[in-house]
Amino acid sequence: MVDLDMYIKKECVAMLLAGGQGSRLYALTQDMAKPAVPYGGKYRIIDFPLSNCTNSGIDTVGVLTQYQPLVLNDYIGNGQPWGLDKTRGGVHVLPPYETSSGKSWFEGTANAIYQNINFIERYNPEYVVVLGGDHIYKMDYSKMLAFHKENDADCTIAVLNVSMEEATRFGIMICDPNEPNRIIDFEEKPAHPRSTLASMGIYVFTWEKLRKYLVKNEEEANAKRDAGESWSKDFGKDIIPMMREDNQRLFAYNFEGYWKDVGTLDSLWDANMDIIDPNVPLDLYDDSWKIYSRNPIMPPQYQGENAQVENSVVAEGSDIDGSVDFSVIFSGVTVETDATINYSIVMPGAVIKSGATVEYAIVGENTIVESNAHVGAKPETMDNRDDWGIAVVGHNQVIKENQVVAPKQMVPDIRKK
Amino acid sequence: MASNNNVLGLIFANMHDDTIETLTKTRTTGSVLFGGRYRLIDFPLSNMVNSGINEIGVITKRNYQSLMDHLGSGKEWDLVGKNSGLKLFPPYGRNESVLYAGRLEALKGIVGYIENTSADYVVMSDCDAPMTINYKPIIKAHIEKNADITAVYTVGNLYKTGTIFSMNEDGRVVDVMINPETDGDCNISLNTYVVKKAFLLQIIKEASSRGAVSFERSVLQDSKDTINIYGYEFTGYTSRINDLYSYYKANMNLLDKTNRNALFTSTRPIYTKVKDTCPSKFGLDSKVKNSLIADGCIIEGTVENSVIFRGVKIGKNTVVKDSIVMQNSIIGNDCNLSCMILDKNVNVSDGKILSSAKTTPLFISKKTNV
Repeated sequence: MVDLDMYIKKECVAMLLAGGQGSRLYALTQDMAKPAVPYGGKYRIIDFPLSNCTNSGIDTVGVLTQYQPLVLNDYIGNGQPWGLDKTRGGVHVLPPYETSSGKSWFEGTANAIYQNINFIERYNPEYVVVLGGDHIYKMDYSKMLAFHKENDADCTIAVLNVSMEEATRFGIMICDPNEPNRIIDFEEKPAHPRSTLASMGIYVFTWEKLRKYLVKNEEEANAKRDAGESWSKDFGKDIIPMMREDNQRLFAYNFEGYWKDVGTLDSLWDANMDIIDPNVPLDLYDDSWKIYSRNPIMPPQYQGENAQVENSVVAEGSDIDGSVDFSVIFSGVTVETDATINYSIVMPGAVIKSGATVEYAIVGENTIVESNAHVGAKPETMDNRDDWGIAVVGHNQVIKENQVVAPKQMVPDIRKK
Repeated sequence: MASNNNVLGLIFANMHDDTIETLTKTRTTGSVLFGGRYRLIDFPLSNMVNSGINEIGVITKRNYQSLMDHLGSGKEWDLVGKNSGLKLFPPYGRNESVLYAGRLEALKGIVGYIENTSADYVVMSDCDAPMTINYKPIIKAHIEKNADITAVYTVGNLYKTGTIFSMNEDGRVVDVMINPETDGDCNISLNTYVVKKAFLLQIIKEASSRGAVSFERSVLQDSKDTINIYGYEFTGYTSRINDLYSYYKANMNLLDKTNRNALFTSTRPIYTKVKDTCPSKFGLDSKVKNSLIADGCIIEGTVENSVIFRGVKIGKNTVVKDSIVMQNSIIGNDCNLSCMILDKNVNVSDGKILSSAKTTPLFISKKTNV
């Protein structure tokens, strides 16, 4: 037998679902997939799961892309920033493809993995970690894998203990009172939660089992489709329920620490503000668990004679001569003299010109806010607080001189379409 | 654009170590930290890469551990590939010969490497003058003039040491002076040369047989009448570093926008080792004026007219003025620093007052606890 060194056996392969459109981020995901959306001054969302993989010792990662993959593909490149440029393993971008049977687009999360069974099999793994690309968190997947092995589990789902109120917004896991962490039931966004263990969308599967259920789901869903019935190919809706019905060993792995969904404009804004808040347990300065990213090639930031920067995070290559408070400023941003930025996120390469004000807003990449324009407003200035919300300007936009972008407004407004 | 596959780059990392002794105690001139996130070698290295030179040899002598660490495989400069490569040459000699004394002797040590490259031309550079320069027009001029050596110079007042050229109307070097006493503008060597490879090999061999060690004295000075040495004026921004004061000035000059924009352009970026540091954080009462701040810093005090490197922490009620603070140094609360140069990993405990004058900045060496 020919020994294909390139496909040397890997104990664990990670599959990262990065195909989501992120439609609730509207203008920010018009030209890029959600995992490519900038976060935290120099990162993109996908840096978190990718860095977690590297730091957890997982060196073989398949990234499943579908929606607007150009920015994401460019960003991932050969995986070098995350140390994933390997001769054996490494990061592989897996777009949908056409086969002789003509199938192409991923039809759900389970189908995306199903279509890449061949990719996984090349490494002959014992375990597969399935991850999403829409959360900010630091997590050691190797500990979760060890937990999975200890319990002789077929599937382990990472859970976070949330408040009863929050539990109504998540998929909730119910564990066996007699067998610790053994999942016996679950419910999706329950009105009256029976537990507060929320699924984080992070799974460890024993590969042999996952493959079996992926094939089963595929066959059953296709049969339903042919019969004109409703069907789905989804982890949460199909794979996990099927495994439970078959009495497979499902376990909940308790994660403690910072974990934040960045799927909506409000949560993206919140998660950025969390970096500034000293009471939030997300430490990006911790050298033992670095978050890697493709670093911009730019000189250090310069703050001028009139700069007034407080309570903020500012990345390299920025040139600040205005006032910045409670904000996250990405690399290569220019804030001119007398410009004011409060409680806002300004993405790479944006220019805020003299006299302009940006408050409670998100400004996209390379967008220009001309002199004396006003983007967003403080909640306390509103007559009716219900009219208040984050103002959003997408990527590559120009806000004209003296133009006003009201709270909750989006430029361009793609909600109507 | 055709690639310059026929040009070899050679960088001398240790030349001028003795002029900035305090900074080179544990490192080469090339690995001296500069401009908030760079090392001096980043400039010639990036210039070469940006000029299409993909084959580069770095010649070093002593204290090169930090240099090796910084350069790694060269991937930050895109020097890992089938048609490119970065090679580091520590000194090696046969028998009693130990460390080379001058440029010619250093070149003799790597004569085999030079011979084996497919290059027709060689660009040589030291690390003492950070600048952003395109070598292509210089190589072109070198070929057009049919020069043996083309020496790059800048016009200005000579501060302390340096090599000075006098040229005729045609640009041919007719006089070479080393460390002269001068007044007013002169043509100061930027220690950057273009030579034909065959010619370089010839002078290395001749020098070797005559026991010559200094390129400047034995080749430029002694042979100026017999060989064609041409000058090439670099009109862009540079700042020569030949003592602690000029090092301090070269950093402070970057606070001027014109200088900064001349050195850091989008078309000729300066590459450096990636540290994966997060963006810098500014606290409740932070106040930063006219300063460069690299990534990974936590600033809670006041910073004015200073250059702050990656991963520096500056505590509450602390004032740092007219200073350079290098990588990972920590300054506590209630301190007052002015005109200081803090090397890497210096710890300044709470309440310390450290002060000097702009003309005589005070240096605190690596890993010192104050």
